[in-house]
Amino acid sequence: MQYLPSYRKMLLILRFEERVAELQRTGQVPGFAHLYWGQEAIAVGICHWLRPEDYVLSTHRGHGHCLAKGAEPGRVLAEIMGRSDGYCRGKGGSMHVAAFDQGILGANGIVAASLPIATGVALSNRLEGNGRVAVAFFGDAAVEEGPFHESLNLASLWDLPLLFVCEDNQYAISVTVDKRQGGKGAAAIAQAHGLESRKVDGNDVVAMLDASQWAVARARECSPVLLECATIRWGGHHSAQPTRRYRSTEELEATQAACPIARLEKRLIAEGEATMEELAEINTEIVAQVDEAERFARQSPFPKPDEATQDVYAAQEGGG
Amino acid sequence: MPNISYAAALNLALAEAMREDPKVILLGEDIGPLGGIFTVTEGLLEEFGLDRVRETPLSEAGFMGCGIGLALCGWRPVVEIMFSDFLTMCMDQLCNQAAKLRYMSGGQASVPLTVRAPIGARNSAAAQHSQSPQAWFAHTPGLRVVLPATPANALGLLASAIECDDPVVVLEHKLLYQEEGPVPSGRHRVPLGKAEVKREGTDLTLISCSRMTQVALVAAEELTSQGVAAEVVDLRSLVPLDRETILESVARTRRAVVVDEGAIDYGITAEIAALISAELFGELLAPVGRVGALATPVPFSPPLEKTVIPQVEDVIAAVLKCVPDSPAR
Repeated sequence: MQYLPSYRKMLLILRFEERVAELQRTGQVPGFAHLYWGQEAIAVGICHWLRPEDYVLSTHRGHGHCLAKGAEPGRVLAEIMGRSDGYCRGKGGSMHVAAFDQGILGANGIVAASLPIATGVALSNRLEGNGRVAVAFFGDAAVEEGPFHESLNLASLWDLPLLFVCEDNQYAISVTVDKRQGGKGAAAIAQAHGLESRKVDGNDVVAMLDASQWAVARARECSPVLLECATIRWGGHHSAQPTRRYRSTEELEATQAACPIARLEKRLIAEGEATMEELAEINTEIVAQVDEAERFARQSPFPKPDEATQDVYAAQEGGG
Repeated sequence: MPNISYAAALNLALAEAMREDPKVILLGEDIGPLGGIFTVTEGLLEEFGLDRVRETPLSEAGFMGCGIGLALCGWRPVVEIMFSDFLTMCMDQLCNQAAKLRYMSGGQASVPLTVRAPIGARNSAAAQHSQSPQAWFAHTPGLRVVLPATPANALGLLASAIECDDPVVVLEHKLLYQEEGPVPSGRHRVPLGKAEVKREGTDLTLISCSRMTQVALVAAEELTSQGVAAEVVDLRSLVPLDRETILESVARTRRAVVVDEGAIDYGITAEIAALISAELFGELLAPVGRVGALATPVPFSPPLEKTVIPQVEDVIAAVLKCVPDSPAR
């Protein structure tokens, strides 16, 4: 298997998130931006096996899912910057990016809330027999929410073409998973609900690609599955959040050492799939792509005030 | 015009919608062989099968979200929540997800979801099976809220709700399910956002919804013996609100009493009283009266339940307070 395409996608997510952080520091990104850097292998591994018509439901940490599924970086960044050329015309922002034309049914600001919605999307697929799968991404803290369990039960009961992807980055804002969960984690709970599940190293894109191939194929056969992907959050809960009260310098350095992109680089060179020079060239191309996205977003106007009252209701008789 | 019950009218709306549109699908607890605990889905499983009449686990958040996902994919799900009190179990899905998806996505998402749930106090069901939470949903931008008071409106409003491209909360009253009334034969729709003048009068306008419209009509009839001719406006929709019909009526009668079964504080009656006061301040002959449930949980014991829930006498008293010059006083 060739890993360079996955390398490019992972690097795009990383460079994109670095740019978001920089734009937030300089006041160009309003609100919060929960960054996906460090977790790139998960979205890229899963989305590698998805078809354009498959569906993805995402989280507050969703930029990576959108880019991996095929959203245009410029329109994602414009949305994060509150501009009218953003996918949601500036109404959603970082936590609510959606690109319906790419099957991305939305990031979500409420932990675990996209899982029940994903059961409906998967039920639609099953009833229509269209061969599509739905993928619900969620963090480790979603496992503590009721709708997680309700959704696993529905998927199991109705044999839904649904893939649950738990991104265990070990933190819910400041509290580590060992201080929040008494059980054996998402994969074990999934099995209790009658789903197949696997644990995978979410910082290793090779392992992710392998597990995802199995998981997407099983889901497509209407056998719902769960992948529990171990990763680690870089930095704070969102790009502007300080971490010194709950994370040591040593721990933060260790997270960077687990970087899935650096890990893949070593492999690509060792296996002779790419040279240092070729990787440097790819980096230059990706940076140019992110530059172009930023140019696009910056030139996009802010929405006009009268747009604030649009799209509350459908434009039809009796509309509000 | 055949006479049928409110429950039968709702059943008819569901059956006709399912026959017309294969994308109409039902989800809820006990909606299969039992036909729903208030008989609204009776016979639908037999006609439409397990795929489209889907009995769910006791997972309100789960199956409300499932309805939203179906709606995003072009289905027209009708989700039954057994008691409106149980909507608390899926408030996030309804108010954070369904209500906001069109807006947050900049118009990409459409959520043509209908949510049906019974409201109201009936037979000492106590505080967790008796409330009238319409104000919660009317206060949530993105939701439409309708409350039928008659079989004809039950049929017409539910049919319109299912055809609407927005999430619509249809709140049905438990004490009305067995009430019979005429319904038009053939295709019948009641537009969302149109109130109905149920009784004409010149001295005062009673504005109400759901079962309180029936209570207001009884009060209006009794008030004739006291020389008061009350008009009764049945709101039918809270969102959108038919401001025009309300203001047109009160501009003529120059007095108004608003009646709702929800807890009175911060409720529907306050919103409508504020609307009337703001628009017709100089025309009014009396402050706008408000009748609602006492601001308590609904109690169990029959005399306590009766104390808390608005009765005909409460409406009459509020009207007479606004019409001090009526001959009977």
